[in-house]
Amino acid sequence: MNDWPSFARLAWVHARYQNRLFVRTPVAAFFSTLLPLVMLVLFVAVFGNDTFDTSFGTLTTAQFYAPALAVFSIASATYTNIGIFLSTQRDTGVLKRHRGTPLPTSALMCGVIGSAALIAAVSGTLMIGVGWLVYDLSIEAAKMPAILLSFTVGICCFASLGVALAVIAPSAASAPALANATILPMAIASGVFISLGSDTAGWLTFVGDLFPLRPFVESLGAAFSPFTEAPAIEWDRLAVMALWGSAAAVYSARNFSWEIRGATSRRGGRRAAASEPTRT
Amino acid sequence: MSQAIEVAGLSKRYGDLVAVDEISFSVGYGEVVAILGPNGAGKSTTVEILEGFRSRDGGDVSVLGTDPANGDRTLRDRVGIVLQSSGFDVELTVAETIELYAASYRSPRGVDEVMEAVDIGAKANERIKTLSGGQQRRVDVALGLIGDPELLFLDEPTTGFDPAARRASWDMLSSLRASGTTIVLTTHYMDEADRLADRIIVLDKGRVIADATPETIIGPHSRDPVIRFAASGAPHGSLPETMADRATESDGFITLSTDDPTEDLHALTGWAIEHGVSFHDLELRRPSLEDVYLDLLDGDVKLDPT
Repeated sequence: MNDWPSFARLAWVHARYQNRLFVRTPVAAFFSTLLPLVMLVLFVAVFGNDTFDTSFGTLTTAQFYAPALAVFSIASATYTNIGIFLSTQRDTGVLKRHRGTPLPTSALMCGVIGSAALIAAVSGTLMIGVGWLVYDLSIEAAKMPAILLSFTVGICCFASLGVALAVIAPSAASAPALANATILPMAIASGVFISLGSDTAGWLTFVGDLFPLRPFVESLGAAFSPFTEAPAIEWDRLAVMALWGSAAAVYSARNFSWEIRGATSRRGGRRAAASEPTRT
Repeated sequence: MSQAIEVAGLSKRYGDLVAVDEISFSVGYGEVVAILGPNGAGKSTTVEILEGFRSRDGGDVSVLGTDPANGDRTLRDRVGIVLQSSGFDVELTVAETIELYAASYRSPRGVDEVMEAVDIGAKANERIKTLSGGQQRRVDVALGLIGDPELLFLDEPTTGFDPAARRASWDMLSSLRASGTTIVLTTHYMDEADRLADRIIVLDKGRVIADATPETIIGPHSRDPVIRFAASGAPHGSLPETMADRATESDGFITLSTDDPTEDLHALTGWAIEHGVSFHDLELRRPSLEDVYLDLLDGDVKLDPT
């Protein structure tokens, strides 16, 4: 009898297959990687790359939007994608099939999250790269640690929230609606599309601060703002994200379901009862 | 361990509904056992408890010497499961899918070897989404086999198949028997159970109503041919004395079993001419497997569930 395949190998195999599935699902690739880039190009085209007042000081359009849209791109690659993907795998029975094999749950989840994290990192980096190459985005070496830290904490937090979204979504069909209904208003309340300024209602910024998207936007925005003092690490913002990520992880671990909701009662109960009179 | 599976007094309820009602049976190593029954008989519930997917409300269960409720990775490494309906990541190819699942096992069989066993090699590089239902079912079976299991569960392997696909599936499953794998399959087709299994366990309303070889279940009852006819102007009671007590009437047809068809037909036609009765649809036939099965479910036939 051979040894068990190592955890790292199993996680790697699953991450690789998830990547493959992502590439073969063009709609997912479009929404999380391409669409935010298109938005950057459009925003700069609409406003011109002139300076305007933002919550981070007076910035060029690209200097404001590149980090904000990188956040949006990362949230989409993790939160939305994992939420849709995992709930689909649950509803179609893929998860249950894995459940019947010796695959450890943790290795499967590591693969799913690892793949999403990689896609998020590529999408975020692409956004910053395009901003830097095309729109003179300024990146200060002294603030690199703040950038990387914000990226990492943000990716972990939203990946964890994506798993929770899959757990909460009653069906795979409702997952995209749930994802959009949460992420889009949050994006506006968090200053992704429009900078929050002194005119913004107090309650909106208050609400935004409670949820994890604004802390992500703020921490990355601060790392890209020429007006912050290096290292520009916003520990309190990162802490809010870490808290959300941890809470989501605990919730998911407790409520995770391997198969479609109501499978137990449907198979054993309703169908059995319904088929009874037809037999004789 | 003398038995691959031992079940004693197994019970499962869903709310008020008793899905499985204190059933007991066992499956020996190398045996192929079919669990047969209509929808809602408790087949899938029983098998899913054995597979470790469901909890039970009572009884003792042992699968390969382990209680599946506490089944760990080691047990799942030794058991192959083909569920009634479970999905695929349809954008993966057949070969990719089998490779992915192979990675989870300690000593998996070769991907090519398994594809050949289920005859899907020609589609190795096709995406799952392009396959027909029957072809996808083959991939299901391939995934059940990839871990080189000692015990294989097949939950309704051919439900929804057309006759040709069913026949092809049977050939494939027959070849599995030869490999010595212990197989538990559920089905609601008597002919499938007869064709594939060493032993048939018939479940109805959560109880075992028969547990015997196909020959025992089908044999004694299929030996007697049946005369069946509809006759106009022929009251049931006016039949010849020798057959009136053997005859039953339902749906306008009179049916009687016979151990001497020549004698009985002679008597019957004589009686008809004498009384001016004309027959419609007079036939002499052997009861089909289906008849035996339905008689079992109706309680007309009692087999001792040992």
